[in-house]
Amino acid sequence: MAKAAQKREQAAKLDALRRQLAALEQGNRGGAVLPFGVPVIDAALPGGGLALGAVHEVEGAAAEEEDGAVAAAFLAGILARLSPARPVLWCLKRPDLHAPGLALFGLKPQRLILARAPNDSEILWVMEEGLRSAALAAVVGEITGVSMTATRRLQLAAENSGVTGFLLHRESSTAASSAVTRWRVAALPGSLTPGEPGVGRAQWQVELLRCRGAVPAMWKMEGCDATGSVSLSAAMADRLALSQQAAG
Amino acid sequence: MAGGRRIVTAANDAAQAEGISVGMGLTDAKVLRPDVGIDEADFAGDAAALLRMARWCDRFSPWTVPDGQDGIFLDVTGCAHLFGGEAGLVAQLVARLRRQGIKGRAAIADSAGTAWAIARFGGGDTAVVPGGGARQALADLPVAALRLEPKVAALLMRLGLRRIGELYAMPRASLAVRCGEALAVRLDEALDRTPEPLSPLSPERLRWTRRTFAEPIMAAEAIAASTQKLLDTLCRQLAEEDAGARKLTLSLYRVDGRVEEATIGTAMPSRDPRHLLHLFRERLPLIDPGLGIEDMVLTATLAERLTPIQLGFDNAPVEDNTDLAALIDRLTTRLGARALARPALRASHIPERAVRFQPALDKQSPLLWDARKRRPVRLLARPELIEAMAMVPDEPPFSFRWRHLHHRVCRADGPERIAPEWWREAAETRDYYCVEDEAGRRFWLYRAGFYKPDVAPRWFLHGLFA
Repeated sequence: MAKAAQKREQAAKLDALRRQLAALEQGNRGGAVLPFGVPVIDAALPGGGLALGAVHEVEGAAAEEEDGAVAAAFLAGILARLSPARPVLWCLKRPDLHAPGLALFGLKPQRLILARAPNDSEILWVMEEGLRSAALAAVVGEITGVSMTATRRLQLAAENSGVTGFLLHRESSTAASSAVTRWRVAALPGSLTPGEPGVGRAQWQVELLRCRGAVPAMWKMEGCDATGSVSLSAAMADRLALSQQAAG
Repeated sequence: MAGGRRIVTAANDAAQAEGISVGMGLTDAKVLRPDVGIDEADFAGDAAALLRMARWCDRFSPWTVPDGQDGIFLDVTGCAHLFGGEAGLVAQLVARLRRQGIKGRAAIADSAGTAWAIARFGGGDTAVVPGGGARQALADLPVAALRLEPKVAALLMRLGLRRIGELYAMPRASLAVRCGEALAVRLDEALDRTPEPLSPLSPERLRWTRRTFAEPIMAAEAIAASTQKLLDTLCRQLAEEDAGARKLTLSLYRVDGRVEEATIGTAMPSRDPRHLLHLFRERLPLIDPGLGIEDMVLTATLAERLTPIQLGFDNAPVEDNTDLAALIDRLTTRLGARALARPALRASHIPERAVRFQPALDKQSPLLWDARKRRPVRLLARPELIEAMAMVPDEPPFSFRWRHLHHRVCRADGPERIAPEWWREAAETRDYYCVEDEAGRRFWLYRAGFYKPDVAPRWFLHGLFA
């Protein structure tokens, strides 16, 4: 009898520890999230969306990486849906960001504050200052390389203020980081039938490479619309519906 | 040198004791003392040194101006109490100059003219003429103490008028007729019957505060701590006036007479000592304390009205930008004023002119972007020439090479014709296409100029779509 009680107690302790670990793994304290509004994506993320008050990494794919166009548009869609609509501080080395282009993905130029810094370390400094200020909705930093310590500092600043940080990699880096998630976005050839004129709506492949408390995943989706909302691409949504039917 | 004759323009005490005086020919001086040391006069250097010294005197009064070749005027109205009275102020001033090896005489009087006269002809190193005492103090001084031209001074001598007191009895009108208006004016100025305007070196600064150290300080922490105390005091002053600083200058007076300065600016008026200290922390490491700093003066060189935050109908603050302003100030102080900007749309069709960068806290442009126009997410700073191949001049290219990479065009939209603005210098019309390559990457290309039969069209890549 005594042994059984001891075992039960142990099990309860382990359970509590596991819960504690899970909470730690999620990273953000308040647990506030920004849902994508696409059930399959939100279901794959702990808490049902992108953790706010945390740092996320976004990179482009292969040749696209250096340009950072798709990554910037993907971020613009996320930033557009952040509320309240406080300003967004975007730190970069070359001022090649085009506000009218971002506006098409829902991020209003009025909300954008651009900070130009000469190198990565200055950009990280700007990001940290920004992440400490409650006046902002989010901080984006375009970097070419970042250390574990630097991301840890950013993550701590973000947790304290509730401001969300995004590191936009413009050069591939495999260094370990303290960011909560890491995403890779790539352009896909358009969905229009071959031979038909025009480029149509952009198609993206969005990969969740790393996420605390979740498994990597990949989705094909349509580029954000003017409100920053994303949707699964038609073909993928069809397939999902079919598999759900089969399961049902 | 005067008309080819070399003359003495300045002589030290030892030379003067030997009988060498200013204005004497150099040859005469050499007769008196063959081994006299001679330096070429450097008037420009002297003037610069005097100007430096006038700035140095800033610590006693914000209102200083060099006068002639060897004098400095200070308007010490309202400053004397900081130095233990007027007598204390002149004593400190002369003592500090002496420590730098400069022999000076100082006098305080009701008018600049009287102070000038007493300092030069009064006899002592320091003097304070009590209020209303100018008439009596000047009476025994030679007429030259009135800052007269040599001609007028010589005329007075001929008339047998040697002392200023002797002029008091003369009717002003006859003085003016006989000796010129200048004499009457100088006399009036000396006796404070006519005000004499001085134009100060630095603009009027009312909002300032000062700390003097018994022992010169050098350590960075000590300088930072003093800056904080100065900021606390100044911010209290600003609060009393409902004002906030837009620009602050910290002047650090070094023992060796040099002045170091640190200036910060803010995007919105501020009187938050913590925030302002944060901004100064970026600048303080650049200060070279030399052998030590004996005085620090903090001045709000630009201040604006800053009323307590107004509340709206529902008792919520109307628009509170202070947090954002504080952040922007910190970033600007480190990165420079041009590093921070907010994009604002401008009414122009030319892509590179459609966005204007304005200060981060300026009023927002009311223009909204026309969502029907497809624009890239990244716009290259300068369109890049590409090798493009097109079947027909009026069609998008079927392939192109950009930055050594070959792209096959699978889809394309366009053209969107953008004509140059006629009021600008000659530019070419551009036909823009949005093209997608086989990997799905989208580019913004344009063909420059109209089609000409024998000329190969030039293609450029201007931006990247997502």
